[in-house]
Amino acid sequence: MSGHDREQAGVTDRNRRQDSQRAPRTMPARDADPMRGLEPPPVRTPETDEMKELLQRRLRGASPWSGPLLKRALRDAVVKLDPRHLVTNPVMLVVEIGALWTTAVTLAQLVVPELGRGFSLGFGIQISLWLWFTVLFANFAEALAEARGKAQAETLRATRKETPARRLRDGREELVPSSQLRKGDIVLVREGEIIPGDGEVVEGIAYVNEAVITGESAPVLKEPGTDIRSGVTAGTQVVSDWLKIRITADPGESFLDRMIALVEGARRQKTPNEIALTILLVGLTLVFLLVVATVEPFAIYAGNPVATVVLVALLVCLMPTTIGGLLPAIGIAGMDRVARFNVLALSGRAIEAAGDVDVLLLDKTGTITYGNRLAAEIIPVNGASLLDALIAARQSSLADQTPEGRSLLALAEQMGAPATEGIRPDAEIIAFTAQARLSGLRQGGHEYLKGAPEAILARTGEGAPADLNEQIERIAREGGTPLALALDGRVVGVVHFKDTVKPGLRQRFQEFRRMGIKTIMITGDNPLTAATIAREAGVDEFVAGAKPEDKIEIIRELQRQGHLVAMTGDGTNDAPALAQADVALAMNSGTAAAKEAANLVDLDSNPTKLIEVIALGKQLLITRGAITTFSIANDVAKYFAIIPAMFATAYPELGTLDVMRLATPESAILSAVIFNALIIVALVPLALRGVGYRPAPAAELLRRNLLVYGVGGIVAPFIGIKLIDLIIAALGLA
Amino acid sequence: MNAIALVQIVLFVGLLLALTKPLGAYMARVFQGERTWLSPLLSPLERAVYRACVIDPAAEQRWPSYAAAVLLFNLAGMILLYALQRLQGFLPLNPQGFGPVAPDLAFNTAASFSTNTNWQAYSGERTMSYLTQMAGLTVQNFVSAATGIAVAVALIRGLSRRSAEAIGNFWVDLVRATLYVLLPFSVVVALVLVWQGVPQNLKPYIHVQTLEGGAQTIAQGPVASQEVIKLLGTNGGGFFNANSAHPYENPTPLTNLIEMLLIFAIPAGLTHTFGRMVGDTRQGWAVWAAMAVLFVAGLAVTLLVEQGGNPLLARLGVDQQASPLQPGGNLEGKEVRFGIVASVLFAVVTTAASCGAVNTMHDSLLPLSGGVTMFNMQLGEVIFGGVGSGLYGMLIFAILAVFIAGLMVGRTPEYLGKKIESFEIKMAMLFVLAGAASILVFTAWASVAPYGVSSILNPGPHGFSEIFYAYSSGTGNNGSAFAGLSANTLFYNVTVGLAMLIGRFLTMVPVLAIAGSLARKPRLAPGLGTMPTHTPLFVGMLVGTVVIVGALSFFPALALGPIAEQLLLGAGRTF
Repeated sequence: MSGHDREQAGVTDRNRRQDSQRAPRTMPARDADPMRGLEPPPVRTPETDEMKELLQRRLRGASPWSGPLLKRALRDAVVKLDPRHLVTNPVMLVVEIGALWTTAVTLAQLVVPELGRGFSLGFGIQISLWLWFTVLFANFAEALAEARGKAQAETLRATRKETPARRLRDGREELVPSSQLRKGDIVLVREGEIIPGDGEVVEGIAYVNEAVITGESAPVLKEPGTDIRSGVTAGTQVVSDWLKIRITADPGESFLDRMIALVEGARRQKTPNEIALTILLVGLTLVFLLVVATVEPFAIYAGNPVATVVLVALLVCLMPTTIGGLLPAIGIAGMDRVARFNVLALSGRAIEAAGDVDVLLLDKTGTITYGNRLAAEIIPVNGASLLDALIAARQSSLADQTPEGRSLLALAEQMGAPATEGIRPDAEIIAFTAQARLSGLRQGGHEYLKGAPEAILARTGEGAPADLNEQIERIAREGGTPLALALDGRVVGVVHFKDTVKPGLRQRFQEFRRMGIKTIMITGDNPLTAATIAREAGVDEFVAGAKPEDKIEIIRELQRQGHLVAMTGDGTNDAPALAQADVALAMNSGTAAAKEAANLVDLDSNPTKLIEVIALGKQLLITRGAITTFSIANDVAKYFAIIPAMFATAYPELGTLDVMRLATPESAILSAVIFNALIIVALVPLALRGVGYRPAPAAELLRRNLLVYGVGGIVAPFIGIKLIDLIIAALGLA
Repeated sequence: MNAIALVQIVLFVGLLLALTKPLGAYMARVFQGERTWLSPLLSPLERAVYRACVIDPAAEQRWPSYAAAVLLFNLAGMILLYALQRLQGFLPLNPQGFGPVAPDLAFNTAASFSTNTNWQAYSGERTMSYLTQMAGLTVQNFVSAATGIAVAVALIRGLSRRSAEAIGNFWVDLVRATLYVLLPFSVVVALVLVWQGVPQNLKPYIHVQTLEGGAQTIAQGPVASQEVIKLLGTNGGGFFNANSAHPYENPTPLTNLIEMLLIFAIPAGLTHTFGRMVGDTRQGWAVWAAMAVLFVAGLAVTLLVEQGGNPLLARLGVDQQASPLQPGGNLEGKEVRFGIVASVLFAVVTTAASCGAVNTMHDSLLPLSGGVTMFNMQLGEVIFGGVGSGLYGMLIFAILAVFIAGLMVGRTPEYLGKKIESFEIKMAMLFVLAGAASILVFTAWASVAPYGVSSILNPGPHGFSEIFYAYSSGTGNNGSAFAGLSANTLFYNVTVGLAMLIGRFLTMVPVLAIAGSLARKPRLAPGLGTMPTHTPLFVGMLVGTVVIVGALSFFPALALGPIAEQLLLGAGRTF
């Protein structure tokens, strides 16, 4: 997708009209793009090829498995052994203490042989090593998840370098470093210069390259006085003309600064659900500490105390180390997935909440429809032939570069207008003006006109034909805009311009319905128009005649009914509603107030992305739940491996419980510990990538995931432990 | 298994199913303050109680004051019961002239009856005066049961209310549970038991000469009145030492069936009360189904093991097959009047519910069946469980199940529209930890301390099981015992007493905290994206959570106790 498409998607009706009135006179190169408006731009979903390509381009060299990142993660894994770091992850802290203990006991055996009662030196060394590996693997998972963000932060930081700024004071221009700019300063940025701070355009029109923020190479237009095109970001570059900017952020608080902190994970805080899950894991760890601590007296009663190395091994196997080790990585990777999608989550909480949302509040214009009106029908009137109407439509649009014009040209040719004749050198172009309200072309002795019906009728001087009025009324009733066509001073047809629903949305909304998410369209249109678009888009409900201020009341009412609501917005008058919504996605092109109130910012300013954010939120939660379930289910097999081995001397008869028929008691315990460590590594890709997710009702998701991760979690370790045991026995390790 | 066994089980489960809805619906009306058919009779009495106790029935409590009321009321009851035992020698209604109960035993008994456990380290007919039995023990049997029901109802309110501060008024719940639920049923069923031959008198014991010429003392007393509440309130404390194996407590097969149904009646009914009060009866039936699945599974194992008979006898060629001429199986410790099936059924019912009344000697069950009765208690007494405590325990597990697996539907976990967050998980884990800690730590202590080991009758894994059973029973507020353990020692009286208090109140407070926290939350609208909690899949998840949490906590101990013993028995070694 190129720059102007992105811009279109966020444009409002009001701005659109301004644009079309000005278009013929000031026509920047990009607006001359002949394809513009011909075809609706594709909806951005990760599935579209274009999106994939874009993602690939941005991520090239940034795959978590690429060499430099892997190396960095390995180094960080060792650094993270520092207990001060592990304090935030109590499960792994206990494993580390256990590893220290077994190492100490094993080594002490070399000095005081009595300490080694109940286990061999080789066994003690192997158990200790694998316990250290368990901690290292968990650290590695976390480091790997962080690596991409850290690398990206470094790139961003490089762009944040000091830039000189032309500060305007008392009408004079002075050169100061960007770090000295404060809120309220006015700066001038000329073509080719870097914008020194976040701000709002107060004067000038220019193209700005925002690739550093959005990864998008096509420049975007900036101008004062609009909600969506006035905000500029530090570090981006003016590529044409000049801008006067009022700075809106002090140094260190700019959007870029916040973005760096976010992608780097420096200020990453645990999300509410992550905290609750950590409490559960700590609780389970305490239960297992109790279990293992009391096993010793029980074993003493039975006449055969168990070696502490074995007890530590049992504890680590029972503790939820898999989820405990992968939990931070899952959270970081989840935020990273959203970031790769060019959406900046201002808190992890927002992504979690996105998974919970059950009502989507969508603006009609810009989100559901393109917001500009495209030609949908050409109807001959006044006794003219269809061909005459088509020719008038095509020829009058030849010189029209507005989306409306391009779409009419395309429609006329599609319906059969001869597409041979271009603009001849002798042609006279009739440009659109606000007074005349019509435009067209005079060439080869013919005059082709299109325009507001009254303007055309005034020009032709004839009375309105009955069928023209009929068509105009019908089109208005359906919420469209009628345009009259004239050929050589005679009315020949009517064009029906209508707002067009973005393709693919209908299917998306259907998916959402399957997931139990209700879509509500908000529009200022009259109920009839709203109903037409709503039916076409397939939304569940719509609110017509709504003012932006009404949104907050709609949200409050939905929340009162027990719904969690998501919305998008860009204007200042959206800010209160954005703050009220449970999930609020602001457009990067929007006002500072909107971005402040939201908890997600889309760098591409594409409101449709809210849909993807919800899917990513669900995926994050499912991944977390799946690995938790898997981790706890694993314990069953580990018990069957360790308990018979542990009490083999006291009650050899308990060997009946050893359903895996493991080689020796020592190899049984070792196999369980090794499985426990390796499963963390094995699940790292799943934790980073996320569990596969496709929209389905909760009941169906539960059934499928419970089967895979619950039942699978019970079965997998039986197989894994047996295999490891076979290898250990073959190698003679225990 | 023979056809008669199957008929008995199907009849029992069928009757229980039939009882659940009417009883649950009735209790829902009672606790929502609606009129019931007993209101004309009881509401003047209810109002009189409120006036006498200065209770404002309209004033509702937030969870801390609800919990404080629960704790203070039970503390007062415990002190009163302690005093009554110590002073019974000076008080009337003591025809046998029993002296004061020893301090440690009096503490143990006071803790036992106020926690709805009814662990009896004494034998009733040789220790307690009629006054102690009636004004002390029986009164506690009523109010401890009513306390459990009140807490369960408070939790239901927490789940059903939206954005509310209060979870009800403990005093009102206590009075209504006693007046409208426990008393009427006790009166009616007591009469049925009297009809079946259970005595109800205040006479001194009768001395008779037996046919063999020996002298026998036949204990008497107000048995029927205490019998019903013993079961209906899942108390379990027998009037006589032999409990429901005694012909005066449980004279006929009909009374046996009635008694088993009484144990499960309120816990099962409360699941329906829950469904009604949260506005979706399917939710209640799902909880019922999870309980029933666990019950039937335990019953199946026990029945197979017991009916299969003793492997040592089988080795000797003894016919242990059930036939028209003999019940077959392992009859040791069982009443011949009831046979294998009715005994096993009773044993599983009484341990699944935290009742603890017995009609068979659990110590004489084969090791694996003994293990099932222990495991029933260790699961937290949630298989129908104690009155009230069974439901609130199961709902805590439902919250845990939803939290662990609920994420897999792609939403942060919620149960009945209430978000399950840090505070709920903290309290739920406290609930689980309190139970596991009490059972494991006390068992560990007793199994290595000389004063702990000296009380056991049998060495090896069976002796370990006796200790393990005692603390599982105490913590689970069950009250039944492996009789081989001489529990009336200072050590056991104090530690089992503490286990009962921990198992009761350290779990009740977190439950009330959860109730308070959930009540405050809004109730989210259910939709396709909400995890359904009324489906067979959820029932399976709930059962899985209960079993896995229980198994993970107690598998090592069970392996060293009943499992090792069963395997050794197979190898020909006994203890």
